[in-house]
Amino acid sequence: MNDGQTSNSGGRAAHSPKVLREAIVEIVSDSGEGAQKAGQSFATVCAKSGNGVWTVEIIPAEIKPPARSRAGASGIRIRLGSETVTNMGDEADLVVGFNEQVLYGRIMNSAFREGTIILLESKWATDPDEQIRDMYASAVEDFHRRGLIVHELAMHEACLAYTPNPQLGKNMFVLGMLCWIYQRDVELAKKEIVSIFAKKGEKVIGSNIALLEGGMKFARENLTYCFDVPAMKAKRDLIVTNGNQAVGLGVMASGMDLVSMYPITPATSATHYLSGVFQKAGGFIHQAEDEIAAIGFAIGASYAGKTACTITSGPGLALKTEFIGLAVMAEVPLVIVDVQRGGPATGLPTKIEQGDLFAALYASPGDAPKVVMAAATIEECFHMIITARKLAEAFRTPVIVLTDANLATGQTPFPRPRPVEDWMEAPIDRSPWPEGLAPYAWDEETGLSRRPVPGQRGGQYVLTGLAHTGQSHVAYDPNANQLGCEMRSRKIAALAQTLVAPKIHGDDSGDLLVVGWGSTIGSIEEAVDRVRGAGHRVSSVHLRFLSPMEPGLTEMFGRFGRVMTVELNYSDPPQGFWGNPEYARRAQLAQHLRAQTLHDVDYFAITPGQPLTPGQIERVILAKLGEMGVVERGAAVATA
Amino acid sequence: MFGLKTDWSLDVLPRYFTLEDYEGGTARWCPGCGDHGVLTAVQRICRDEQLLPEQTVCVSGIGCSSRFPHYMKTYGFHGLHGRALPVACGVKSRRPDLKIWVATGDGDCCSIGAAHWVHAIRYNMNMVVMLFDNNVYGLTKNQTSPTTRPGFKSNTHPRGAFLPPLNPTLTTLSITNVSFVAQTVDWNPVHVYATLKRAYDHPGLSFVRIMQRCPQFTPMVFEDAQRDPSLILLLEDPKGVVADEAGTKIYKNRLAHDPGDINRAREVASREDVIPIGLLYANPDNPRYEDMSSVGVDVTIEDKLAALDKELGRFAI
Ligand SMILES: Cc1ncc(C[n+]2csc(CCOP(=O)(O)OP(=O)(O)O)c2C)c(N)n1
Repeated sequence: MNDGQTSNSGGRAAHSPKVLREAIVEIVSDSGEGAQKAGQSFATVCAKSGNGVWTVEIIPAEIKPPARSRAGASGIRIRLGSETVTNMGDEADLVVGFNEQVLYGRIMNSAFREGTIILLESKWATDPDEQIRDMYASAVEDFHRRGLIVHELAMHEACLAYTPNPQLGKNMFVLGMLCWIYQRDVELAKKEIVSIFAKKGEKVIGSNIALLEGGMKFARENLTYCFDVPAMKAKRDLIVTNGNQAVGLGVMASGMDLVSMYPITPATSATHYLSGVFQKAGGFIHQAEDEIAAIGFAIGASYAGKTACTITSGPGLALKTEFIGLAVMAEVPLVIVDVQRGGPATGLPTKIEQGDLFAALYASPGDAPKVVMAAATIEECFHMIITARKLAEAFRTPVIVLTDANLATGQTPFPRPRPVEDWMEAPIDRSPWPEGLAPYAWDEETGLSRRPVPGQRGGQYVLTGLAHTGQSHVAYDPNANQLGCEMRSRKIAALAQTLVAPKIHGDDSGDLLVVGWGSTIGSIEEAVDRVRGAGHRVSSVHLRFLSPMEPGLTEMFGRFGRVMTVELNYSDPPQGFWGNPEYARRAQLAQHLRAQTLHDVDYFAITPGQPLTPGQIERVILAKLGEMGVVERGAAVATA
Repeated sequence: MFGLKTDWSLDVLPRYFTLEDYEGGTARWCPGCGDHGVLTAVQRICRDEQLLPEQTVCVSGIGCSSRFPHYMKTYGFHGLHGRALPVACGVKSRRPDLKIWVATGDGDCCSIGAAHWVHAIRYNMNMVVMLFDNNVYGLTKNQTSPTTRPGFKSNTHPRGAFLPPLNPTLTTLSITNVSFVAQTVDWNPVHVYATLKRAYDHPGLSFVRIMQRCPQFTPMVFEDAQRDPSLILLLEDPKGVVADEAGTKIYKNRLAHDPGDINRAREVASREDVIPIGLLYANPDNPRYEDMSSVGVDVTIEDKLAALDKELGRFAI
């Protein structure tokens, strides 16, 4: 264990650093002040130092919300730990606030606790505007009352020594402060600055390094504490990306030929990332005139034998549903990535929700079975695209991959993938089509069939969205339609046959099984570990496949006293609003699981527009155990 | 083996295609429907140009006219109402080697698919787009279409259509990067053939509006022009549609029209007293989207892996 004395920080503390297992840090500012850049750099420095890291961006919905407004809080949370970090954690330990109003935005989100250290920009105390001075003074008083430890610091003024415009440079000054507070190697931070400003030239790099060093000095001189979060011992070959970059890398690693998209938050940044590099990997990004055209274009390319995907978010998925139905009906391979945000309609464009499960499963008219998968981690955002692309082709079907706003913008280190040729697309089949073979020569057992591609001599057929025979001839008779439906359904069942039962986190049986899907895995498992640590018989399981479902769930659920999902989507109280549970609308996965397993699945599902914290889930679990009579009722219920 | 020919020996034999090689069974349009003639013209062009059936793709939306691909023996894509163009563009984007014909109706193209129409014109990908303009929704049985003329009684407007009709030709001529616009009439097979052939020869998106009679719902809309050839204005130019004189000699009303002049083209397209037929505008030099979208199709797997490895290196810690 690091005793704190070996730190190689340039800003050696007069006071020895306090050793911590983990720390949750936030930088909160008006938008446009560079807090996210500083936080990402700090996270990279921590990851490079061997720490586990998880970041969550704090994003206002508007591009340029009014300054000093609560709703305008913009910034980033970085949770770093000695071990791997899988979620954003509970309340922050230390916060740098560029003004006091944005901190209220975080207080509204329960981001702070008693004892959270607030390093607050103090220039507002002497602002020429009396109203601002008053707001500041009363906020500081209020923060004290709330038990926050407030340190008012003249950061803006200190920056003036290095830049005439602290609004632009303060973020790197803050990076310097954090490097000192957490005893980071200043050289790593300098490297980050060099790479961020590489295109801007030496002068800009120089002045930002001066700001960085100024920040370290400022923290050393003005703060009486510093911390050390010792690194993991084993250093592996890692990369750090956010989920959308991971999707972009996955697109390339899967040998995808075309990405066809229409801009929509929070999905677009995957394309922003790809646009710089995709061509070198042999791919093309088409920005279509709308989401319908985007998927139509991708389907056209796929029909012509090229691997294609479309990346979108909920409103875009809604527009694509008719085409998804066509891809199901005509068995066109296609990968559709839905980076979920809050809905319905425009909803919460920048915020997390797991509200698109039903839309993904059922939105197309008629019976439209398809593959639906959900990435649980940023690493899975990468690997799932490769799997999805292969499934799409092997099963001649659209595959929807669900991620979310939290995965999209969060960053964490994960093992560097080692791409292999096998991940890439096979070359277009240009061999003549076997004589007499139908374009949908369905295997009776599996529903699978080989697909002709334009250019294949003798394979000419007319793909149609109308009901059709194996010859792709339009057929309205009852038997032909029933057969077509069955064959498309058999393919999904055949895929199910190849899946393995999901692994249980914890014991194989117990009082309560928590079921999750998507990005909540880290928080759920941390909460389960905590209650298990306290002696409770609780386990969790996380689902990657939503259609078809992974096998063995019914039997697995039977081994637990109760089963409940934890989800980020809307649900009514289980007893209904007026005591009639018949009308209670259940959480999406819970409803899906009930239908599939006939098991009495409970749920905890809310739509706060932010990730669930481990503490929140822990309280929900304890409350559920209390309700079941497994723990003392009073102790549990009070906190839920 | 996958991706490889199984038999190389026959490849040296020349192939000759007859009309039959492009005929995909009996067309099920109503007797007297203008779509039949267009189908025949396309099949003849395929034969005359000896297009490889496996390298030819017919894409359509939904509507009577969109049944077109079913009656060809090429590859076909009969997709969704209004969405023929995005699919066709997608096919072309990474397979510029394929020859593409698009069939779309006035509802399909100018109503539900209007956004795609505008943008496909601007993408200007090399293909022939045939607008079957029968002034009505045929398949769904007689509803007003964007090109229905005022006063026409349909099932949705039994007291007569109210709004002035959209002029698809003029609209197309106003879209940035438009590269080819022509008009023809289904009752003159010689002119239909010559127009579609000229469209096929043009490098870029060739938009051809075909005035087409629906025997069921709009048999009379072009009756005047059929009976009185002077209501047709034949556009003439050596670079334009050059049809066999035997087929066009009835048209005495003629106009020498340079298809390089977009302003004159718009003027001609605006005429309501006559139906101009022939080539209104062509510019073979406009940028084509496939020249950009197909970049990189030949990158090898080794190079892809190398590019990816380099990218992963950028994120390494
Ligand atoms: C999304 C959707 N909306 C409506 C329809 C019904 N529909 C099918 S064809 C058609 C209009 C056909 O008219 P047009 O495009 O002019 O072609 P025509 O039949 O006259 O050749 C309509 C409204 C549909 N198939 N899909």
